[in-house]
Amino acid sequence: MKIGVYTCHCGGNIAGTVDCEAVTEWAGRLDGVEVSREYKFMCSSLGQELIEEDIKEYGLDRVVVASCSPHMHEPTFRNACQRAGLNPYFLEMANIREHASWVHKDRSEATEKAMALTAASVARVRYNEPLFARLSPVNQNTLVVGGGVAGIQAALEIANAGYHVYLVEREPSIGGHMAQLDKTFPTLDCSACILTPRMFEVGNHENITMLTYSEVEEVSGYIGNFEARIRVRARCINQELCTGCGVCEEKCPAKVVDTIFEAGLGRRKAVYRPFPQAVPKFPVIDQDNCIWFQKGKCRACEKFCPTDAIDFEQDDRILEIEVGNIIVATGYDAFDARRISQYGYARYPNVFTALEFERMTNAAGPTEGNVVLRDGETQPDSIAIIHCVGSRDVRYREHCSRVCCMYSLKFAHMVHEKLPNATVYNFYIDIRTPGKDYEEFYHRLLEEGTVFIRGRAASITDATLTPEEEGKLIVTAEDTLVGRQRRIPVDMAILSTGLEPRHDSHEVARIFSISCSREGFFKERHPKLDPIATMTDGVFIAGCAQGPRDIPDTVVQGAAAAARVLSIIGKGEVEIEAAKAEVNDLTCVGCQMCIESCPYSAIEHLEERQKARVIEALCKGCGTCVAACLSKSITLYHFTDQQLVAQMRGAMDALFELVPA
Amino acid sequence: MPEDSYEPKIIGFLCNWCSYAGADGAGMARRKQPPNVKIIRVPCSGRVSPELVLRTFMQGADGVMVLGCHIGDCHYGNGNHRTAKRFPVYHRLMDYMGIEKERLWVQWVSASEGQLFAEAVTQFTERLRQMPPMRGKLTTVPSPD
Repeated sequence: MKIGVYTCHCGGNIAGTVDCEAVTEWAGRLDGVEVSREYKFMCSSLGQELIEEDIKEYGLDRVVVASCSPHMHEPTFRNACQRAGLNPYFLEMANIREHASWVHKDRSEATEKAMALTAASVARVRYNEPLFARLSPVNQNTLVVGGGVAGIQAALEIANAGYHVYLVEREPSIGGHMAQLDKTFPTLDCSACILTPRMFEVGNHENITMLTYSEVEEVSGYIGNFEARIRVRARCINQELCTGCGVCEEKCPAKVVDTIFEAGLGRRKAVYRPFPQAVPKFPVIDQDNCIWFQKGKCRACEKFCPTDAIDFEQDDRILEIEVGNIIVATGYDAFDARRISQYGYARYPNVFTALEFERMTNAAGPTEGNVVLRDGETQPDSIAIIHCVGSRDVRYREHCSRVCCMYSLKFAHMVHEKLPNATVYNFYIDIRTPGKDYEEFYHRLLEEGTVFIRGRAASITDATLTPEEEGKLIVTAEDTLVGRQRRIPVDMAILSTGLEPRHDSHEVARIFSISCSREGFFKERHPKLDPIATMTDGVFIAGCAQGPRDIPDTVVQGAAAAARVLSIIGKGEVEIEAAKAEVNDLTCVGCQMCIESCPYSAIEHLEERQKARVIEALCKGCGTCVAACLSKSITLYHFTDQQLVAQMRGAMDALFELVPA
Repeated sequence: MPEDSYEPKIIGFLCNWCSYAGADGAGMARRKQPPNVKIIRVPCSGRVSPELVLRTFMQGADGVMVLGCHIGDCHYGNGNHRTAKRFPVYHRLMDYMGIEKERLWVQWVSASEGQLFAEAVTQFTERLRQMPPMRGKLTTVPSPD
């Protein structure tokens, strides 16, 4: 056995706390170690060449790299081994950065730990066996979940490259939050005007199957070979016949508050399209509010529909599709302003949320673009915009939602434009304008005469102290620049609500076998270098589902996710992890304990021989069967008992040598 | 040997997808922790057989950590359900061998819970410092082969 050990300084990241020279020397004395070297950056091309040359020169048959987490550089060093003709599974890493140098202060402690971890890997690598990754073909179809701007961008990129996309959207139309917005900052483009051409492109694209009013219920399989079950909810509209004329919507007598698209500010019918430019053009019948479904009479829409497209009998459809990759772009929820009771939302009629105001200033919205109080006619003379509602607050959401400052500035601008005589107060903690032309927009607002008060608003109340406050909403705040408590009477208050994870993000994460960060946004593979991939190969994330971001960033991420998918499709096949379980036929007693423990039903029982057998294509290599097997008949390659025990003993032996009990 | 010089030797079996990534996260965020836990990566906490835990104690470990994904978040769907179900098995075997059950720490730590990981390491190390060392308690050490 000839083992090469390579200790990485990682600049000062490791060498700053760990005595790499001592680790190298110690490792050199370990059983079977032929060469032990240290280098400033093992992952650099020179570092990798060092390994490759040693493999050839010394005939190394095992390699241990003591550096960062294998999640970071295992593929790098596996490739280096492979280039030098060594099976990549003969590589083992010792994580002396994330698990040692970065979490300890004391140099001797960190060095001892690094030694023990290195010794453990050296002891283990001896038992590593050559394994061969299986190549599996990639299905060229892609599933994009979420029809907001991130999903639209991703779907179009892939479809334009000539590959098929299934775009699944929960609501009756694609468009997402962006379709609701009036203007986009800082250019003040009409949001719908720039988005709808993209929506139509999606709707008419020959490579896109758009599944609106649908949800993904289950996903199985692995990269290149996913199977997804999608529930296409009943629209109760025959799409073959419907022309999208809108007569049904006109004639429907059931009016309900539209809490989704109009953010509660407007109403819609029970049969409806969320907005005039909806894609697809077909309406849906909201069965919870339809008089026919609830009370068994009406059918007005059916009577008036010129093409007989209403179909009350329609059922949900279950669609099973096969795809190679998945992009999850499910967006965000707006923070529920009712949670902060001192701001009085839903108690004082003239306190609005940002989305409500967005609909209000929109010419296609419920007030036809007029900025008015809840009564629908009175124009306000003074408006307070409260920043950071639910954001940057340890009681609600600690994170900065990144877009609120900018849209609050935009609101102020809209008010100045529509009501030139109105006064606008912005209550802010900090003004955060990181983006192209964003700071310039802030300066423009300063010139337009918006009043900025630096201080988190304490409350909004109607309890008046002076005659001038009578009939007004009073915003109280500490003006931290003046160092004084202030009470500002206004006619209208707008709460700049933050972005938070979808209420069901955890359930959705489970469907796609991805995980959520502490806040509930989907967790990326690496926060800096891989914010698009997830720990599950073939599942990518884009847009606000990963964290709050503005439209340009969302578009970038949607396109980036598409690029990642296209590179996998372009390659045509993927390497499937070689670590699989295998049953030893000689010792298996056929007790079937393993079958019960396998999460994938990947073990079958051979009746006639009373033996278990692993179905290789289904096995994902978790190893629960190994732990369940009573006769020690199952081996999980690359995580064998022998390897794990050797690793554990390597660590323990080293510890007793370094720190005798 | 003076009481205060004793440093518990702990082996942690961490699932690759959540807890190992959580420990990495603790590193990235520089969450300081005692150096006592030496981490061994396993694909799933469900891979950790009771036998592996016992062997670790027999090797002289003062404590063993088994960390996996939260229930429902398992990369393999429900591999960690087996871990949860095995919990009483670990304890019964440890009891049988005369090892205090406080020496085993099973917890769910997600990839984003670096802080939780560092806290668990700190608490467990602290707990074991209050207990006598294991060395010498178990004498028979079988070969790994």
